[in-house]
Amino acid sequence: MATLSDPPAESFRLSQLIYDTRYRSLTIQVIVFILIMLGLWELVSNAIQNLSALGKDFDFSFLGNRAGYDINQRLIEYSNDSTHGRAAVVGILNTLLVAFLGCVTATILGVIAGVLRLSNNWIVGRLMTVYVEGFRNIPLLLWIIVIFAIMTEGMPQPRDFRGDEPEASMILGDSVAVTNRGVYIPNLVFTRSLGGNEMSEAADGVEAAIVPSVSGADWTLILVVLALGIAASIFIGRWGAAKQERTGVRPPGLFWMRAGAIVIPVAIVLIVLGATLDYPELTGFNFSGGVHLRNALIALWFALSLYTGAFIAEIVRAGILSVSKGQTEASAALGMRPSWTMNLVILPQALRVIIPPLISQYLNLTKNSSLALAVGYMDVRSTLGGITINQTGRELEGMLLLGGFYLITSLVISAVMNVYNNSVKLQER
Amino acid sequence: MKKSVFLGTLAVAGTAAGFAAADAHSSGTLAQIQERGTLNCGVSTGLTGFSAPDANGEWQGFDVAVCRAVAAAILDDPSAVEFVPTTGQTRFTALSSSEIDMLARNTTWTFSRDVDLAFEFAGVNYYDGQGFMVPRELGVSSALELDGATVCIQTGTTTELNLADYFSSNNMSYEPVPIETNAEAQQQYLAGACDVYTTDASGLAATRATFEDPSAHVLLPEIISKEPLGPLVRHGDNEFGDIVRWTLNALVAAEELGVTSANVGEIGNTTENPEIRRLLGTEGELGAMLGLDADWAARAIAAVGNYGEVFDGNIGESTPIGLARGLNAQWTDGGLLYAPPFR
Repeated sequence: MATLSDPPAESFRLSQLIYDTRYRSLTIQVIVFILIMLGLWELVSNAIQNLSALGKDFDFSFLGNRAGYDINQRLIEYSNDSTHGRAAVVGILNTLLVAFLGCVTATILGVIAGVLRLSNNWIVGRLMTVYVEGFRNIPLLLWIIVIFAIMTEGMPQPRDFRGDEPEASMILGDSVAVTNRGVYIPNLVFTRSLGGNEMSEAADGVEAAIVPSVSGADWTLILVVLALGIAASIFIGRWGAAKQERTGVRPPGLFWMRAGAIVIPVAIVLIVLGATLDYPELTGFNFSGGVHLRNALIALWFALSLYTGAFIAEIVRAGILSVSKGQTEASAALGMRPSWTMNLVILPQALRVIIPPLISQYLNLTKNSSLALAVGYMDVRSTLGGITINQTGRELEGMLLLGGFYLITSLVISAVMNVYNNSVKLQER
Repeated sequence: MKKSVFLGTLAVAGTAAGFAAADAHSSGTLAQIQERGTLNCGVSTGLTGFSAPDANGEWQGFDVAVCRAVAAAILDDPSAVEFVPTTGQTRFTALSSSEIDMLARNTTWTFSRDVDLAFEFAGVNYYDGQGFMVPRELGVSSALELDGATVCIQTGTTTELNLADYFSSNNMSYEPVPIETNAEAQQQYLAGACDVYTTDASGLAATRATFEDPSAHVLLPEIISKEPLGPLVRHGDNEFGDIVRWTLNALVAAEELGVTSANVGEIGNTTENPEIRRLLGTEGELGAMLGLDADWAARAIAAVGNYGEVFDGNIGESTPIGLARGLNAQWTDGGLLYAPPFR
């Protein structure tokens, strides 16, 4: 009868840390971790030591000091008496504005160009190829400067609009002025603004009248109503789809109900607020009134949209090509029109391939907006990361804040887009 | 496993880089310059008369002369200068990060730059003030008529702050067009993208001189600020700071004492004036006190001439820029130039 004895208890020897594969990976990781920590500590203490050698401290209180400089494009109240912190916020809003405008336009351009590049029409297909390859292969900075130069050098000066026989004239029924300082378009103003209206001064034979104005509250209200309208529209769409599945009959007039849910409440709000248009007018040196889209914004917006649009076009093309040709043939066999095939069969399937790389493009566009510096667009890189740092000498603090801002923005964009991605990706059961 | 090795290498490299960076600050700027054999001097990206490369690619100008004088004093070679073009925004970072040894770039001496940014101004080589330039056809004769104008302005400068103060204190509004360099401002201004260009009056004169038709543009009479422009170095390296300060003073004193680039060779031995003899190193130990040779100032003056020669040759009334001496005359002629005694 064989006796079973316990295997001898293995004693742990120090050399096992190196020679025993069970422990070796752990050993390496611990050593590397210590080295990285030492490296980081060295970098931080080096920075502290160098700062003190230069006689500088590490302090964010400069954000509360008076900025002293002016910013031309500001979405919130700002003057040179405001603080550096507020200047940074103005810059952040400007960055977000151009990033948002750019992402929307780039997506529209990209989807159209991507679809058209696959067109059977030789001219259309080649034109899109020229667009995509032209923009993809030339640096973005050049495009920004080219568009800015065209706007600055090619457009008439405001003073050309003056006189009885002006050299230049406004377009679209005297409502839009294209000048080398930017484009002036009519502004939406309200006679019953939530921010309160002022009365014009009464003169002989002229009664005092309400001066239309606009405030942030007005736009907040409109955007809230618009958002509710869109939510209602989506709800109606779901209800319609559910009913169609249940009964097989699509409710009639569904499209009009959805459109009405968005348009009617907004129209009511606009009427209640007494909306009118404020046209740009030439006074003194410049046009006044209306909305001034500065050249810097236009150049940056267009260049970012066209450049990123070219990349998105390639992503869309790849997405469409990833859908099997059999899908097209099957939908043709069902008698669907080509446009239905694209919208109802191909694009929904292609979206699964398109969305993930599209997120990267949105991130690229947002970060590329920091090239605003080249044309003097006052984004956060120019205010916080430029003038503020220069006037206060707080390079390290400013750059840390700037880095933090771009990091957070990028993470938020990618989080939001990932939520969307999860809703369109292949549902596996 | 592969990844661990990579990370380990990275950590080691990071540590090494940290040590290397720490070393750069430990030895003095003067020793570094002597060892390197060249002076790294920050200048503007191009302002005719002050600092701009000529047709042969040689840097020329009023600010450039200061760099060359310092290089001649330290290295006995006015061409041993590495010129580093800087913009209004990059200049201070370039200096505090030791990318350049000194900055000679029409930079205004202000309290916060001297104290908070931890720099040391070596003196004033040009007393200036901020002015405005407008096209003549606009019919503007005073800066107080500029309400609502579009103004081109270099960002990150004192002029940007003065402009904001001036317009708000006079209850006027304006539309700033921020730009990075003087060349860009010139192009924007000429294209009519801004009604007004504002910067230091000397800069306006220098810019206007390069226009096709300078007479079509007027400089408005208002000077809205004091802009003492001068070379600067980092805080904490007083040895090098002294050299730059006293090189500048030597150029100013040379004009007052009648030392020129033509006579600097023999006047030190022939003159009876003890101050000239001390300045040029034929008497006393001034050079040794700076850690330089006895003829350091003579070399600087021989290289670029005295202050008056530098002024007349680059921006004076005989040049296209045509600036009068004005405040920049010697104190004996009613100006502000005043070099402390060499003794």
